[in-house]
Amino acid sequence: MPLVPAITDVEQLKNHPAVARLLGWKQSAVQSAKYDRDEMTIYVDRSDIREACALLKDDSACPFNFLSDVTCVDWYPSEPRFEVVYHLLSIPKKERVRLKVRLNSSSPTVDSITSVWLGANYFEREIFDLFGVRFAGHPYLRRILMPEDWEGHPLRKDYPVEGYR
Amino acid sequence: MAHLNPTPVLEPGQDRTMILNMGPQHPSTHGVLRVLLEIDGETVVRLMPDIGYLHTGIEKTCEAKFYQQVVPLTDRIDYLCPLTNNLCYVLAVEKLLGLEIPPKAQWLRVLLNELTRINSHLVWLGTHAMDIGALTVFLYCFREREEVLKMFEMVSGQRMMTSYFRVGGIALEPPLGFFDRVRDFAGYFPERVDEYENLLTGNPIWLMRTKGVAKMTAEDAIALGATGPTLRGSGVDIDLRRDMPYSSYEKFQFRVPVSQEGDVFARYMCRVQELRESVGIVRQALDGMPEGPIKADAPHVVLPDREKMKTQMESLIYHFKIITEGFAVPAGEVYQAVESPRGEMGYYIVSDGTAKPYRVHMRSACFANLQTLAKMCEGRLLADVVAAIGSIDIVLGEIDR
Repeated sequence: MPLVPAITDVEQLKNHPAVARLLGWKQSAVQSAKYDRDEMTIYVDRSDIREACALLKDDSACPFNFLSDVTCVDWYPSEPRFEVVYHLLSIPKKERVRLKVRLNSSSPTVDSITSVWLGANYFEREIFDLFGVRFAGHPYLRRILMPEDWEGHPLRKDYPVEGYR
Repeated sequence: MAHLNPTPVLEPGQDRTMILNMGPQHPSTHGVLRVLLEIDGETVVRLMPDIGYLHTGIEKTCEAKFYQQVVPLTDRIDYLCPLTNNLCYVLAVEKLLGLEIPPKAQWLRVLLNELTRINSHLVWLGTHAMDIGALTVFLYCFREREEVLKMFEMVSGQRMMTSYFRVGGIALEPPLGFFDRVRDFAGYFPERVDEYENLLTGNPIWLMRTKGVAKMTAEDAIALGATGPTLRGSGVDIDLRRDMPYSSYEKFQFRVPVSQEGDVFARYMCRVQELRESVGIVRQALDGMPEGPIKADAPHVVLPDREKMKTQMESLIYHFKIITEGFAVPAGEVYQAVESPRGEMGYYIVSDGTAKPYRVHMRSACFANLQTLAKMCEGRLLADVVAAIGSIDIVLGEIDR
């Protein structure tokens, strides 16, 4: 399908079930939203992410009840440096939505959503391991892929591809 | 949440229990998976998987490659279903580019993906049965798998690391005789599935080892992020091929097998029935294969034909530019998921407008599915751990990436 310009106006997007649910809860919860390439992205304030996930999970009209993926993008050297990306799927409605949280490099910490979905456990550990982002309230925040005594976080952009020699 | 919160190195909790280390070099862990078990006699009290032994930093490597150079890396994630990974990656990049793929290429992709599913499920069935003690099935499964691998070799020159799909289409036309060979295979394969089922489905020993073992409810499966047959075995009816179709899957008729029990046997039945459905899709793809080109009309992305390069200056220039500079992809981000034999395989790609991906993240089905292992095994017998590991069908290359 040919590319069409992205829609970034929240007014035009407020009919999307996830945007509507979040706006109905708290106007300030949605920092901005983007509809691009048939995918919905919502930027959520860092302090709201756990509650936003819980709300979307239990929404009666379109429950985003399945957590597909959690990952992170490092925008070094610009600030806010980290974007934690959550991909939610609604099994009954076959809809996807992407939530994003921006984090500064000075305090890369965000609430863990393991209390909403247990399955976030491994994903958050992986982000902690490879990006050094911390998840407050995570039950077992330790390295998962790299060795326990590894120094540095390999997927950060200031970490060389061939490693430190 | 106690089962997800073990101490770093398991220490015996009470006098009665002991710590047992399983793996990373254990024949029934299907690769380098290490499992720490706290056991009370024969009963598992706590279970903690330890992964990372096969971590190769593929996501980091992708950031240093041109878009087309990432395709061979995607094979190496999951060596049992390389074409599924190829497909998921190229679909994601094509979505970023906004490319239209010709029907024949889409149908060939479906055909090869279903063959890949058969290949993957055959390895799973053989090794899973062998873990539980049914040794013969392994030989039967690998007999058919060999035929599938020969078909992969025909199209791509490789038995396992195929790298056959390209951004914008398919690398080459399949060689003469390929379709006849697939048709032949699709003709006799259902009987072979009957053979496996004769050995297992009604076998009292198999039933004792699988029925009611390693149970998981639908709520637990969803909460833990399980997908694919691991989720469908617990009664959740979702299959991305049918529910969020990609690459023309909406034009194929197939059933999605779902079992309600949530035990090892339910997951076994889901996968065995998927084998039959996959052959059905292969047959439909053969019968309805459209004519036409196998590459998109996008000269700045798709490499020109070899013949044209010898006669047309522009083709030569495009070829030179794509090889040396890659192709720029408009800035943006996509998440593309496909139904791999193990569940939801997803690629999240962020482009910053250059010829190299800014970030490639692979959402691995096994990585999430592995979290269900503790839920399945705690409170059950030690011998059932082996059955449970087999039933979630893990590939460590995909877990560790």
